[in-house]
Amino acid sequence: MSVELCMGNQAIALAALKAGVNVVSGYPGTPSSEVLETVSARNPGAVHVEWSTNEKVALEVGAGAAFAGARALVTMKQVGLNVASDALLSLPYLGVVGGLVLLVADDPGPISSQTEQDTRQFAAFAKVPLLDPSTPEEAFAMVEDAFELSERFGTPVIVRPTTRICHSSVPLETAFTYEAHAVSGFERGSRWVVFPRRAYEGHLEILERLPRVAGAFNTSAYNAIHGGRESADSSAHSNSGGGEGDARRDDTGGAAHIGIAAGGISYAYLMDALSSIPDAADVRVFKVGTPFPFPEARALEFLEGLDEVLIFEECEPFIERELLLVAGRHHLPILVRGKLTGDVNPAGESSVSLVREQVLAWLGQRGLPAAAAATATAAGATAATSTTAATTAAAPAPIPAAAGESRSQEPQPQLPARPPVLCAGCPHRASYYAVKKALRGRTAVYSADIGCYTLGNALPLDMVDTCVCMGAGFTVPQGMAWAEPEVLHLGFVGDSTFFASGLTGVANAVYNQTDVTLCVLDNSITAMTGSQPHPGTGLRMSSDATERDAANALKIPAVLKALGVEHVTEVNPFDFDTSVAAVRAAVDFKGVSALVFKAPCITVSKPAPQPEVDQSTCTRCKACIKAIGCPALVVREGEVRIDTTLCYGCGLCVRVCPFDAITASVPSTASATPATSTVPGASTPSATSTTSSPSDGTPSKASL
Amino acid sequence: MSTPSLDIVVAGVGGQGTVLASKLLAQAALIESLSVRTAETIGMAQRGGSVLGHVRIRADLPAASPLVPLNAADLLIGFEPAETVRALPYLREGGTVVTAHKPVEPVSATLGDAAYDGTAEVAYLRSCEGAGRIGRLVLVDGDALCEKLGSTKVLNVVLIGAALKAQNRESARETYEQAIESLVKPRFRALNKQALAEGMSA
Ligand code: SF4
Ligand code: SF4
Repeated sequence: MSVELCMGNQAIALAALKAGVNVVSGYPGTPSSEVLETVSARNPGAVHVEWSTNEKVALEVGAGAAFAGARALVTMKQVGLNVASDALLSLPYLGVVGGLVLLVADDPGPISSQTEQDTRQFAAFAKVPLLDPSTPEEAFAMVEDAFELSERFGTPVIVRPTTRICHSSVPLETAFTYEAHAVSGFERGSRWVVFPRRAYEGHLEILERLPRVAGAFNTSAYNAIHGGRESADSSAHSNSGGGEGDARRDDTGGAAHIGIAAGGISYAYLMDALSSIPDAADVRVFKVGTPFPFPEARALEFLEGLDEVLIFEECEPFIERELLLVAGRHHLPILVRGKLTGDVNPAGESSVSLVREQVLAWLGQRGLPAAAAATATAAGATAATSTTAATTAAAPAPIPAAAGESRSQEPQPQLPARPPVLCAGCPHRASYYAVKKALRGRTAVYSADIGCYTLGNALPLDMVDTCVCMGAGFTVPQGMAWAEPEVLHLGFVGDSTFFASGLTGVANAVYNQTDVTLCVLDNSITAMTGSQPHPGTGLRMSSDATERDAANALKIPAVLKALGVEHVTEVNPFDFDTSVAAVRAAVDFKGVSALVFKAPCITVSKPAPQPEVDQSTCTRCKACIKAIGCPALVVREGEVRIDTTLCYGCGLCVRVCPFDAITASVPSTASATPATSTVPGASTPSATSTTSSPSDGTPSKASL
Repeated sequence: MSTPSLDIVVAGVGGQGTVLASKLLAQAALIESLSVRTAETIGMAQRGGSVLGHVRIRADLPAASPLVPLNAADLLIGFEPAETVRALPYLREGGTVVTAHKPVEPVSATLGDAAYDGTAEVAYLRSCEGAGRIGRLVLVDGDALCEKLGSTKVLNVVLIGAALKAQNRESARETYEQAIESLVKPRFRALNKQALAEGMSA
């Protein structure tokens, strides 16, 4: 026994290792990133682990390995699957030899994403089987099974955890020995070349395969039917035989003839919610762990004798639509309720409180006495809207009143909103501010992209006018430039995004001779997702030779020049005057110009000595705060001060104060702030530097 | 020795170390052979946004889901007054609140005219205690303790220490030291153990 506290993503990684995975590829994206990082950290040495340049590349790398008979895991977040979709749609036509498992993490809420899209729909679109875990423990089991399933049916398989599974921790038995899956080797044959003729055959193979997979799913323990007070575990092992007795015997009591179906973490919320609802034991529960291909026979068993069902699932009403189909196809007189009928929140996360409230409202509509009693005790739960709302809304849900006593409570003060912001000392702040300064008085549109630098949209910088998806920071301004040539058009992408999805946009601008300025915000790391390396850093997940790897780093200015951009300038954004001049020169260049702002993220650089505010000179005008909005610049007791726990000593504020009240301290008085991480070769950004040579941030290899 | 069932919510600002706090609470539960489930905020909010950690401890069967429902937390550990108030809907009637009282000013508040200094939030929390909404309120001068310890990075462990004391669970100190051993890098272990002791005697 070796029980460890494991995050869902760690559990997934360990399961892949337990299955003898040979190749693991992926592109970082919250909430999926820790999977690949864990494989790398626990790599027994035999596994090839790589951050690929984007999700499409990652999936194709995994597919190649699986064609050759290896077991491959490919990790990404849900929007990453959009990028990988070209490969995904073709792969089931060709099939695989070794197990190919895609770990695609959905993000209901969304908490850290640009969409609330549902990978279950993508699986149905691509005709790829999908497993939908409800807990980290189940994710662990499903990943192991997914490899078997993939090999047994010769198809890629998707495992789709959601944020609350990826980032929730549980104790897990993790003792196992890694045994590499035996790679059979690539066997040549016509099946691997997807000519139209082959595609037609492949389509027929898929259509023959999916019902067989559904057949296996119909008897899978991941799809369980049980009473409201049992759990799937207690009924899971009985479902190939006659274990459904409970579900069929329940025609006594108030809740007979009604059922609830749930998938993913909504099932866990449901079980917690039902445990506090009297008489919930009479409600029949259907846990859907394999939503595609839908286990129709199992669903029929669940629906038998029911007249109404309620569905809990996050993102899209996938199970709801499938159950409507099953009911329709079999002429079942059943009312299917859920998101489509407005009984369940159509968007945003779910929660125990929300599920409980929705179950009670439903039972109440059915006039069940049990519900009335429960409603009274659930006043608190129903008063608030949802955990998401309570987490993110500026005004939180009202505090439920304790009978009688609450009158002596003061009214709750208006709480300050707290959106995420660029860190104190973030080089992106300096880059955006330099652009803003340089173009003051001129009309410009700023299109940005996905990453920390999206946070440049917040006041006071207010430098992000559009943000669509990876790569659009370079292409949206091109369309705008043709539509509105009299305005300046600038695009911003990060270094990791540049390699992931920016290159084609650069080529397009050069090819079409579009008058735009393309800016790369190069902080030497994939920062937002937790400091992963990328081609521009040269560091690799399957190598420890960091110094030599860094020498292999792809140089962004050289890439831009090679793609035909004539005007390319690299600057250190903390070298402020040089940066401002470089911005002016770039926008005045007719045609495609590029600027590379290069300075390392604070997560991969050491703090510099902090400046000080001379209170006798400071006029309390707050010009520094209004200009750059650094979170370390605070107002306390009427004075503008620097919060020494946050300041990274970047020196930007020194340049901003119109009264020179902020002065850089002499370097010898070293800062007491501890470094979060030290990186060999990372130089410290300095505002006093007079050279325009960029600092050479070399990120450390990401680890747990 | 422990409460058979304990729901804890940890509330703070991204970057304050809330994730390690919930991990330590969970690891300690694991050491005590209890069932535990946690949920952390990882992602965009870590850049200075509001973050919540959920820790659900059970004596035998684990909770089905990782998020503490509203009105269910026995203990709320707040790293900053506004975030403590924001998370209060999670606290059950009469639950315990352990919070640092030094505010972290959001840029939007510093920019605007509506100053935020945490005093209104602390007064509100006190009135909630007076009204019974909060059973026990412990205000921790995290700033002073961190200064004494010579590091701003240990507010999380200081607050855990204070929470143990507030729950009369001083006897769990060794368990938590063990949790620190398994989750904190060797060179920071001594500092964190000291922080735990400071929090417990605060
Ligand atoms: S993590 Fe790095 S890139 Fe992201 S906001 Fe902070 S300093 Fe900037
Ligand atoms: S030097 Fe100024 S701008 Fe830079 S982190 Fe410190 S307070 Fe913020």
